[in-house]
Amino acid sequence: MPDFITGYLSSNKTPGEYGSVFWSLVYIFLIFLGLSVAVIAMNWLERKILAHMQVRLGPMRVGPHGLLQPIADAVKLLIKEDITPSAADRWVFWIAPVFVVITAFTVFIVVPFGPQHAVTDMNIGILFMLGISSLSVLGVVMAGWASNSHYPLLGALRASAQMVSYEIAMGLAVVSAVLMTSLDKDGTGTMSMIGIVQAQQAQQTWFVFKFFPLGLIAFVIFAIAMVAETNRVPFDLPEAEGELGAGFHTEYSGFRWSLFFLAEYSAMIAVSSIAVTMWLGGWLRPFPHALSGETWDTIFSLVPGVTFLFLAALSFRATARMSNHPYFKFQKLGLGAFGLLLALIGIVLFISTDAIDIRGKVQDVFWFTAKVAVFMYLYIWYRGTFPRYRFDQLMKVGWKVLLPLGIAVLILTAIGGIIF
Amino acid sequence: MQPVATTFFFYMLSGIAVLGGILVITRRNAVHSALALILTLLSVAGLYLMLYAPFVAGVQIILYAGGIMVLFLFVIMLVNLEKSQKEEQFNKIWLIGLLGALGLGALFVGVFVRSARSSNDIFFQLLRRPLVAFADESNTQAVGQMLYQNYLFAFEIASLLLLVAIIGAVVMAKKRIN
Repeated sequence: MPDFITGYLSSNKTPGEYGSVFWSLVYIFLIFLGLSVAVIAMNWLERKILAHMQVRLGPMRVGPHGLLQPIADAVKLLIKEDITPSAADRWVFWIAPVFVVITAFTVFIVVPFGPQHAVTDMNIGILFMLGISSLSVLGVVMAGWASNSHYPLLGALRASAQMVSYEIAMGLAVVSAVLMTSLDKDGTGTMSMIGIVQAQQAQQTWFVFKFFPLGLIAFVIFAIAMVAETNRVPFDLPEAEGELGAGFHTEYSGFRWSLFFLAEYSAMIAVSSIAVTMWLGGWLRPFPHALSGETWDTIFSLVPGVTFLFLAALSFRATARMSNHPYFKFQKLGLGAFGLLLALIGIVLFISTDAIDIRGKVQDVFWFTAKVAVFMYLYIWYRGTFPRYRFDQLMKVGWKVLLPLGIAVLILTAIGGIIF
Repeated sequence: MQPVATTFFFYMLSGIAVLGGILVITRRNAVHSALALILTLLSVAGLYLMLYAPFVAGVQIILYAGGIMVLFLFVIMLVNLEKSQKEEQFNKIWLIGLLGALGLGALFVGVFVRSARSSNDIFFQLLRRPLVAFADESNTQAVGQMLYQNYLFAFEIASLLLLVAIIGAVVMAKKRIN
């Protein structure tokens, strides 16, 4: 193989740092693919979990247990007529969804899936992520204005007021975590996403537990602000279906609407990965110091495979419980095949020989993804349980609770850094 | 660190910035002007990155493109655009504007040419220093140290000014003060 392919593999750097265009493109492609799959999976999971929370079945018809429903939806959206309102501003109406999607995907350049699994490592990593995701407000405003209709405009105004307000609380929480990175022996802080996780590794604690409860409060502020940033329940006023039509994207249909959908979900994944990186130790496995040593390493390294085998067992159980009526023949076969696929992935994840060490290689990515997945489940859980905030309550929470709390945590963290 | 800043990127980003600037002053629709301004600001952020000032680039994106321009758009969107588009521009200021722009451009070119000629000029020395020399990992730290040690007084004055502006805005927005 040519040198520009193999040279990178032994370098232990991110493709951006190594300067390999080829591997950067490979990473970008993989992240794009993974995100698309994650969005599809989220679509299905959200409906299923919400349905089960409300004692319903959710999608059951398209594919076994509705597994193919997101694909059917995607096809529906793609072949649906794409309407541009005649009074709309054509250019801006066209650019807005593209802009939102670009900003939602660009932030993943710096997301560290592992010590060398990021497209690149910038020394302004977290600043870059916050900056680019703050740009998505512009897309929302553009979409609402370009529709040239009252409801989208109102929705856009509410969305942007909300996003701009919560960005501040979010930024303050992040700053206190960045401050914590500077509290090691040599006292140099960092804003690089990889550097932040490495700082947690060096200080032998996740920042959520640092200066208890300061880290925890900062984390909670961020966790609330990120739900508001992504316009999800209980802060989903911009697209409150009953009140504003569908908020800023009322006039969008078909493919362009699906772009907003894609952007919303990938923004959710992006902010969750910020939270995981800043406070929950990024790619580090749980208890890397308290439970260290050869034995524990091996036990934790088995978790990815076991997880997939567990999922496979679940789908085999569902297959066995499915009706034996001939109508369900294909569904049964499909679910069985899906279970087999999961089991196969699980078994592959166990492989650990000297030549190919898959088990060791997937560790970082698995733990990072698992932590992000917890956040994605939380998003669905919020949606199933919380009632929506009123707009004045939303502003009150943002400006009068989270912001002062964020400033207080920041100052106390600085004081704590001086004392300890 | 390998220098990634190639001449191609410089010309591309400057071209986009200039194009955006021209669009800002030629579009009749104020929202289009604002969007073109965002394009300019983003490409200027790219230029900062090429100058190995990542922190400045990030702050440029967050503050200007993400913060200030959103407020601009807010205001513009709520103004009745159709009415202002039909209205005749009463101040024929473009001649003075053109003269001012030409004068400023001439000033820039003049300073550049003059300092390129005399080799002991400080600007010339800065120009000739390879940019990679600035490209260390501690750009953000350097900015912080400059702000909070060397220029602390100016920094505090600026923040006081902003505070006054915020209080002024709140006072003006309040309907009645008791």
